[in-house]
Amino acid sequence: MSKKLRYFLIYTFLTISAFISVFPFFWMIVGSTNTSVEVLKGKLTFGSQFVTNFKNLWDNYNLGRVLWNSVKISIFVVILSIIVSSMAGYGFEMYSSKGKNRVYSAFLLTMMIPFAALMVPLFRLMNFFNLIDSHWGVILPMIPSVFLVFFFRQNFSQYPKEIIMAARVDGANELQIFFSIVLPSMKSAYAAAAIYAFMTSWNAYLWPLVIIQSEQNKTLVLMISNLASGYTPDFGTVMMAVVIATLPMLIVFFSLQRYFVQGVLGSVKQ
Amino acid sequence: MPKTKKKIGIEKVWNRWGWIFISLMLIGVVMFIFYPIVYSLYLSTFSTRGFLKTFVGFGNYIKLLQDNYFILALKNILIILVVQVPIMLFLALIFATLLNDPKLKFKGIYRTALFLPAVTSLVAYTILFRMMFSNEGLVNNFLMTLRIIKEPIRWLLDPFWAKVTLIIALTWRWTGYNMMFYLAGLQNIPMEVYEAAEIDGATKTVQFFKITVPLLKPIILFTSITSTIGTLQLFDEPMNLAAGVVTGSSVGPGNSLLTPSVYIYNVCFKYSPNFGYASAISYVIVMIAAVLAFVQFKVAGERR
Repeated sequence: MSKKLRYFLIYTFLTISAFISVFPFFWMIVGSTNTSVEVLKGKLTFGSQFVTNFKNLWDNYNLGRVLWNSVKISIFVVILSIIVSSMAGYGFEMYSSKGKNRVYSAFLLTMMIPFAALMVPLFRLMNFFNLIDSHWGVILPMIPSVFLVFFFRQNFSQYPKEIIMAARVDGANELQIFFSIVLPSMKSAYAAAAIYAFMTSWNAYLWPLVIIQSEQNKTLVLMISNLASGYTPDFGTVMMAVVIATLPMLIVFFSLQRYFVQGVLGSVKQ
Repeated sequence: MPKTKKKIGIEKVWNRWGWIFISLMLIGVVMFIFYPIVYSLYLSTFSTRGFLKTFVGFGNYIKLLQDNYFILALKNILIILVVQVPIMLFLALIFATLLNDPKLKFKGIYRTALFLPAVTSLVAYTILFRMMFSNEGLVNNFLMTLRIIKEPIRWLLDPFWAKVTLIIALTWRWTGYNMMFYLAGLQNIPMEVYEAAEIDGATKTVQFFKITVPLLKPIILFTSITSTIGTLQLFDEPMNLAAGVVTGSSVGPGNSLLTPSVYIYNVCFKYSPNFGYASAISYVIVMIAAVLAFVQFKVAGERR
């Protein structure tokens, strides 16, 4: 095969693949401006239903409330889980001891456990705490993220220990060192971790489905699933909801691409 | 000098500080992971109906062997595991190899485009695919315009095609994600290795199988384990792909999209709830995940 032909084939293959990857995003935006029938028939041009679909979602499906629920849950999960998991990652890395390493290995093993296996006891636990159908019931089990502990430990391992020693000599206590010296200098790791936590909480489905029961506490993802599984859903409105659910992720992705990829993948080292 | 058993004062203090840093996480993990997994094992030896709890020992596990729904759910994910995961990982590897070519132009655009599906919420993209694959929908229109098919394919109404749709959807969502791992790994292989192979007359195909694949083995292992666990846990997609299209309690046409996670959910919250039985199902899944991960480690290890 000549070099030119080879590159021609490579470019064709990559362009078609890239098109397939991006096309559903385009169609989703188009769909949010069309009627239900037009969406189902696969209309590819923009229509005039944008405002109608949005209004329908806002008035009949309580979009404002639902969005607020999703935002609230995500904010709490992001803040609490990065504080808790970065502290743990720091503890494991900087004060390593035999006992801590054993606990760390036990943590890592739990990453193998499918969530469905924890669901029943967690549901009973939340019932015990009287947190069924509450946002805290959704938030609490999502805070301890073993993956993020692993991620932070990897990142802290590159932090120069001399700086910590110097701060100790200067008389700072360990919490001060962590919060006012180490944490501010690890911004990119925190950004990546925040994106990871945001993605997991914003997109969570199974756990909120189990915990939340009333309409007024529903999250955006739950609403979309409900909306689409009815007998005669309005697919234009469904498309609008899908766009609204995807938009924040797209914005975060394009504005913080480097951290985003890091956050989604974690740190891979050979 | 023999090691002294007593720690020096300052180290003892630091050791304590370490535990303080870990404490919050430890409480969380014990409460929300360790306790549930142990309690789940205990619960799996009971049959529970509401507040009624009867000890059945291994009864639930024996019942599982004769449970057609459970066996069907296992079959379904096994098919997806065997068909979808290899296709996806192979495609991801091809993309990564092509994008690693220093002479290729528009690399950034291709990489971004291919990764983009990974930002979508699982429920949202599933519903998007459900609309694209409707009977008179976009995909059928497209295939009929190109004269690839004469009649519309009943994507979401036929058990076989429903699985095909699920496989297409999963591949769309996760290929770019896995590609990024391979790209990161490829950056650690110096270009000189490929240049030397080129001089020795190795074709690109030989380079791919003799250099790229062996050197990326740890990452390929990692992605296949995460994909396997992901497949065993499938919930959002099968739950939403054909919901509303198929009537009744069937998960996809003829339960073709029933997965263990969906079944566990249904046993807990849809039919008359039996938490004990659900726990037994979940324990079997944990075991399968552990065995599969072990097998993958072994296979990767032997080929070294």
